[in-house]
Amino acid sequence: MIFLALAFYMFAFIAVIAAIVVISTRNPVHSVLFLILVFFNSAGLFVLLGAEFLAMILVVVYVGAVAVLFMFVVMMLDVSIAEVRGGFLHYLPLGALIGFILVMELGVIAGGWTFAPDVERNFIAQPMGSTVTNTEAMGNIIYTHYAYYFQTAGFILLVAMIGAIVLTHRTRTGVLKQNVGDQLARNPSNTIEIKKISSGSGV
Amino acid sequence: MLEIGLSHYLILASILFTIGIFGIFLNRKNVIIILMSIELILLSVNVNFVAFSSYLGDIFGQVFALFILTVAAGEAAIGLAILVVYFRNRGNISVENINAMKG
Repeated sequence: MIFLALAFYMFAFIAVIAAIVVISTRNPVHSVLFLILVFFNSAGLFVLLGAEFLAMILVVVYVGAVAVLFMFVVMMLDVSIAEVRGGFLHYLPLGALIGFILVMELGVIAGGWTFAPDVERNFIAQPMGSTVTNTEAMGNIIYTHYAYYFQTAGFILLVAMIGAIVLTHRTRTGVLKQNVGDQLARNPSNTIEIKKISSGSGV
Repeated sequence: MLEIGLSHYLILASILFTIGIFGIFLNRKNVIIILMSIELILLSVNVNFVAFSSYLGDIFGQVFALFILTVAAGEAAIGLAILVVYFRNRGNISVENINAMKG
C-alpha cells in the first residue's frame, strides 16, 4: 500500500511539474518533450488504476503519433522564439487569478466526492471481474455493445486524415515533370511547323 | 494521506485541467502551445474517466476514454494542418493576428 501511494505521488508530481514546464518554457521543442513526459507519467497513473490497455494506448498513440506530429510541425514552422514569447507577463495576472479560482472550485468539488449508495444500478456494462485481463474486458465491451461507436471512432479518424491531407496538399506551379500521356499524344502534324523563309530575311 | 482514493486522482486531474486553461491564457503568440494545452485538458479528462472507472468497477469509463483519445488525435491532426496552412499564408502563428475573419 505504501508503494502504491509513493508511486502515485511520484507520477502525479512529475506530471504536474512537466505540465507547468509545457506552458511556460521559451522553446516550443522543450514544450513538446515535456508534453511527452506528462503522457508517460499519466500512463503510469493508468497502470496504477488498473487500466493497462489505455496506458499502452496512451504511450503508443500520444507519444508515438501525436507528440511526433507536434515535433514535426514545431521544427517545420521555424518561428522565432523571442517573438513568440512576447506578452507573456501581460496576461499572467489575469490568467493566474482565473486559474487559482478554477483550481479552488474544482478542488472543493473533487475533495469531498462520495458515490451515491445505489450507483451500481446505473451500470451499462458488466463490472470488471478479476478473472479476465483489462484488455480482454475492454475487447468484450467494445466489439459487442459499442461496435457502432467503435466504427464511428474509426470513421472520425478517417475524416481527420482526409481533411489534413486536403488542407495541406498543394499543387506546385513551375515544376518540370514528365507527362507520359502528353508525350504519347504528340504527332508530327501538331508539333512541327514548316515555314517558307525567303532568302535574305529572317524568320 | 497514504491511502490513495478517488479524490487524489480527481484533484490531480483538476490541477492538470487548470494548467491547460492557464496555458491558453498565457500563450497568446503561439498557437502550437495552445494546441498542447488542449491536449493537456483532454488528458486530465481522461484521468477523471479512468479514475471513476477504476473506483466504481465499471469498465465503460475506460471505453469512453478510448473514444476521447480518438477525438484528441483527430483534433491534433486537423489543428496542426490548419496551422501549417495558416503559416504558409501569413508567415507567423501569433493568435493576436488571427483576426482576418472579424466582421
